[in-house]
Amino acid sequence: MAALTEEQSMLKDQATAWVRDESPVQKFREMRDSAEAQAFTPATWQAMVEMGWTGILIPEAYGGSDLGFLTFGVVLEQLGRQLTASPLFASALVGASAVLLGGSESQKQRLLPAVVKGSEILTLAADEGPRHAPAAIALKAQKRGGGFKLTGTKSFVVEGMAATTFIVAARTAGKPGSVDGLTLFLVPASAQGISRTRLATVDSRGYANVVFEGVDVGDDAALGSIGSGGALLEQVLDRARAGLSAEMLGTAAQAFDMTLDYLKTREQFGRVIGSFQALGHRAAMLFTSMELARSCAEAALQAIDAGRDDVPELCSLAKCRVGDFLHEMSNQLIQIHGGIGMTDEFDAGFYLKRARVLESLYGNQAFHRDRYARLLGF
Amino acid sequence: MSDELNALRKEARDWIAANFPKSLAGKGIGMEGDAGTLGPDLEIWRTRLAAKGWGAPTWPVEYGGGGFSHPQARVINEALTAAGAFNHIPLTTGMGITMVGPTLLEYGTEDQKRRHLPGIASGEVRWCLGLSEPNAGSDLASLSTKAVDNGDHFVLNGQKTWTSGADISHWCGALVRTDPKAAKRDGISFVMLPMDQPGVETRPIRLIAGASPFCETFFNDAIAEKSDLLGKLNDGWSVVKRLLQHERQSQTGARGASSGAKPTPIHVLAKTYVGTNEDGSLADPDLRLRLVDHLMDAKAHGLTIARITAEARGNVEVSAAASILKNSATKVAQIKAELTVELMGAQGLGWEGATFTNTELGAVREWLGGKAMSIYGGSFEVQNNIISKNILGLPETTQKG
Repeated sequence: MAALTEEQSMLKDQATAWVRDESPVQKFREMRDSAEAQAFTPATWQAMVEMGWTGILIPEAYGGSDLGFLTFGVVLEQLGRQLTASPLFASALVGASAVLLGGSESQKQRLLPAVVKGSEILTLAADEGPRHAPAAIALKAQKRGGGFKLTGTKSFVVEGMAATTFIVAARTAGKPGSVDGLTLFLVPASAQGISRTRLATVDSRGYANVVFEGVDVGDDAALGSIGSGGALLEQVLDRARAGLSAEMLGTAAQAFDMTLDYLKTREQFGRVIGSFQALGHRAAMLFTSMELARSCAEAALQAIDAGRDDVPELCSLAKCRVGDFLHEMSNQLIQIHGGIGMTDEFDAGFYLKRARVLESLYGNQAFHRDRYARLLGF
Repeated sequence: MSDELNALRKEARDWIAANFPKSLAGKGIGMEGDAGTLGPDLEIWRTRLAAKGWGAPTWPVEYGGGGFSHPQARVINEALTAAGAFNHIPLTTGMGITMVGPTLLEYGTEDQKRRHLPGIASGEVRWCLGLSEPNAGSDLASLSTKAVDNGDHFVLNGQKTWTSGADISHWCGALVRTDPKAAKRDGISFVMLPMDQPGVETRPIRLIAGASPFCETFFNDAIAEKSDLLGKLNDGWSVVKRLLQHERQSQTGARGASSGAKPTPIHVLAKTYVGTNEDGSLADPDLRLRLVDHLMDAKAHGLTIARITAEARGNVEVSAAASILKNSATKVAQIKAELTVELMGAQGLGWEGATFTNTELGAVREWLGGKAMSIYGGSFEVQNNIISKNILGLPETTQKG
């Protein structure tokens, strides 16, 4: 773990204790089995709001604490450990980032304090197909008088059922194949012409496909200037990827801890299985991957906080490397636990299922390997 | 910079301009060997350097040195580099300038200093060191080469290994057992002996990367004069400890002139060999993905070193991540070498000859030589044993240690 400031350490302790005491993975199991419509427990979400986590990125002028991305990462890592479900990431990290980076003063004043209070839940609606592809965005925003008319479909929108405002990446110019000509719009979920369908996914979390049928928005709904949304979208996506890397690191670290614990306690052939060199070496190599992955995730978060110009490279590196580790670790979690790992009664399956969704969100490992190479110029 | 140093800098610059043979400008010699291609001017330059005491600038004048302070020696070295010149005497003396000389200055008798140091300072006498033995590597003090007292000399019997440059050296500094009954560190002495005698035989060790400077050295009734015992009898362990400190210090400087150019990044090199598609991506998509994977590994490794450094500053306890660095560094270096050879295609499979560039032949040597990385300093497997046992707290495996 990076050297933390006193404030960051306090928040880490708070998050660690809260997740351990109030939101162990058992809570996720209860939520899954309850068929909660929004795929998170309102009381859990309320507790996060009360602890101030929704304001970690938001300046004090809008009611937040402005502690930055590394701090947000510290909290997300703990939530990732116990698979705690909430709209914290979608709204207070991704949504808030979009408003902070592209929003006008009046947009900030209207939305950010409400995000901190939890009364407003933002989410980014970008992808339209089964694979992450910002350049392929086709949803049309046609100029009509004092505003735009939005027509098209967004798929797999994170917390799409709970969201109160969508940040919609729409095409105001250009053709699919390039992010040039995109514009981001703030669209209330209650707007005429929006219909959403809940998706039942392997990780039992909240996603929706959202259809926009001639949805009218005013000129003041545009986030940033018209046609320049491509660059803004990339910045928002990189922040989302860094945040996901932190959450994924937590999920994978918990899977590692569960596996290590099992290696030390499970006995076969009259000895604990961790005494077999094949398994000891596998654990050593997983630990090595975990330490390297942690460096990448923390470097991405710190680069955003420092406003460095290698943020895109580091965010792709983090999403890819933590994703690779989470992929392998979630498989080894099942493999090393053997038969018990295959049962729904045991938690290992939750981690495997969540892992694949996290890997896929905002670009899987293949996407980021390709992007990293392009950023390096080959 | 004081006036005195400025004056020396000017004097050095003028002297180099007048004395450094133009044919050698910008050249340099490798650790071994390729001096021959530089012609007779190299020997002329050596004698001029030696006459000036610049071969060993900080040694006393009476032993062939320059009598300069360390700041003065630095000024001379900078003047050489600025002119595209070099001091190659440290390279032509083997272990002479860097290790034997400084230890002689500290432990040697007046007679030993007068007999041995001038030949080293002038670059005429090359030295090797007989330390490791086949069964005394990391555990050097368990060495078994014997030296028996025979009046005015010792008679040596035993085998040394990894003796760098033994086949071309004139003298050897050897660690030998002079008291077999004493505790292992207390019965060792450091003796010096000429290599050109019937009792000394050397055999070069050929590695998979080809010729290496290493040799096996055999002592069969080899003679070392008692007047060439360095330090006290049975006190060789203190001498060698000091000697090895000088070895670590010598890791900087004392290299031939180098271009100082940064190596081409591997993905840029790949483009020149493999070509690109219209969109600028590497023409071989499979190689491209493995390259990017390697570059990510390299970046992650660098970030982990940075993270550990930052953590160590804030906390007393250095994080567990430090233990994984050896295996991570090895993986990065070995895969880089494999990819470099691969992207060169047939040009990356040459052994020697003008068909292949120096970069290509160097890549092949680096690929082969790099296999040692996962063997020395605790093998890849030993590191994983350490991680699983000492860091993760898994039970002892079948083997001890």
